Amino acid sequence: MTERTIRLTLKIWRQKSAAEKGRLETYHADNISSDMSFLEMIDVVNEQLALDDREPIAFDHDCREGICGMCGAVVNGRPHGPEKGTTLCQLHMRHFNNGDTIVIEPWRSRAFPIIKDLVVNRGALDTLIQSGGYISVNTGAAQEANTTLIPQEKSEAAMDAATCIGCGACVAACPNASAMLFVGAKVSHLGLLPQGRPEAARRALRMVRQMDQLGFGNCSNERECEAECPKEISITNIARLNREFLKAGFFSSSS
Amino acid sequence: MGWLTDTLGTSIGKKIMMAVTGLGFIFFLLAHLAGNLTIYGGGDTFNAYAEHLHSLGPLIHLAEVGLLSMALIHVITGGILFFQNRRARTSRYVVNARAGGRTIGSRTMPYTGLIILLFIVFHLVQFHFTDKTDTTIFEIVSTAFSNPFYVALYTAVMVVLAIHISHGFWSLFQTLGASHPKYSPVIFIIGICLSILFGAGFGILPIYVAFI
Repeated sequence: MTERTIRLTLKIWRQKSAAEKGRLETYHADNISSDMSFLEMIDVVNEQLALDDREPIAFDHDCREGICGMCGAVVNGRPHGPEKGTTLCQLHMRHFNNGDTIVIEPWRSRAFPIIKDLVVNRGALDTLIQSGGYISVNTGAAQEANTTLIPQEKSEAAMDAATCIGCGACVAACPNASAMLFVGAKVSHLGLLPQGRPEAARRALRMVRQMDQLGFGNCSNERECEAECPKEISITNIARLNREFLKAGFFSSSS
Repeated sequence: MGWLTDTLGTSIGKKIMMAVTGLGFIFFLLAHLAGNLTIYGGGDTFNAYAEHLHSLGPLIHLAEVGLLSMALIHVITGGILFFQNRRARTSRYVVNARAGGRTIGSRTMPYTGLIILLFIVFHLVQFHFTDKTDTTIFEIVSTAFSNPFYVALYTAVMVVLAIHISHGFWSLFQTLGASHPKYSPVIFIIGICLSILFGAGFGILPIYVAFI
C-alpha cells in the first residue's frame, strides 16, 4: 500500500487530574502519514503543542510493539481502535481516511481513576495479581523438563490465556466495566497447568473477592471484551473461572 | 454457613443464583406452556386441566412457594447487579460504539426483566387472584381476550420474554461454567429455539382465544 498523507480532526479528552473535570478538546492534525502508528500520530500533535508552548497530551506507551500492555485509549468508542486483535500502538493511520474526525477518550471505569488526559491508573490489575495471580515454587535448579508431562492441548490453552498483556481493554469495553476476562485469563493460564493446581481453589476465591472489592462491575456475558481484546482472549476463560470458583466455593476446603 | 454467604455474595455467586433460578423458570415455562396448550382442545379441556392442577393440593402450594422464592432471588439479585454495574462506570463514554458482542437480548436484560416482572404481577391479579365463584377459568380467559388491548399486551410481553430468554439461556450455562466446544453451540441454538417456542407458543394463545 502506498503512503498517503491525511488530515484529521481530533477530539481528545483533556483532564488535568482525577479530581478535576475533563472535556473533549479539538485539534487539527495535518500531514499525517498513513504509515504512522496511532501513537506516532499523537507524537506529531504533541510536538506541535510543545512548539506552541501548550501542554502536550498525556498518554501511556512503552514497547510500541503490541506486547507490553501499556498503551490504550478508546478511539471512536472502541478500545484500541477499530481493528481486531490490535493494540493502539499497532493501529496504523492507513485505516483512517482524509478528513476523518476521531474522538479519543481514556479507559472509563471506577476501578481505573484517570491520572491525566488519556492516562489511567491500572494499579487495580496489579492488586488483583497480588491477590492470587501467581504460583508459589521453591527456587533452585530447574528440574528435568519431562518430569511433569503436560498434554499439548492443555499447554496451548494455557498459553492462549497467558497472552493477556493486562492492558485493561476488556474492562474499558465491558458495558459493566467488569474485569472478568482479565481474571479469567489469569486463573486459566495458571490453573490449566499442574504447577498452578495446588493453589487453584484459593486463587479463584481470592481473585474474585478482590475483583469485587476493587469496584469492577459484574460480568453479564455481553461478549464485548473478547471482541475488543487485542490478544483475542476468549470468554471460554470466563467460563473456566466460573467453574473454578464454583468448585472452590462449594467443594474445596478453602475459604 | 459463613462460607455459603461468602460464596454467594460475590459477583460470580450472585450470577450463579441468577443462573439457577433462571433455569428453574425455563422448566416452569415449559410446564406452563404445556398446560396452556390444552386451550386448543376447547373450553372443557382447559377447565379440566385447571381442575386437575388444583386437585394436586399441597403439591401445588409447594410449587407456588418455590416459584415465589425463586422470583424473589432472581429479582432482588438482578436489581443489585444492575445498580452495581451502573456504579462501576461513573463517567460515561462520549462516543459509544460496540464491537459486535452485545445482542438485543444482552443489551436489554434488566429492562426486559422489569417488564416481565410487572407483567407477572398483572397476570396473577387478572387470572389467579380473581373471584372464580360461578365462573370457569376458561370464561375468565376468553372474556379477557375479547378485549383487543389485552390480546396486544399479552402478545407484546411474550415477545419481550423471548428477547430475555434469547440471552438468558446460553448466558446461564456460561455462568455455571458449562462451556465446551462440542456443546456450547448446541446450547446457544437451544436457547434461540426456546425463545421462539415461548414467544410464539404463549404469544399466539391470546390471538387464538380472541377468535373463538
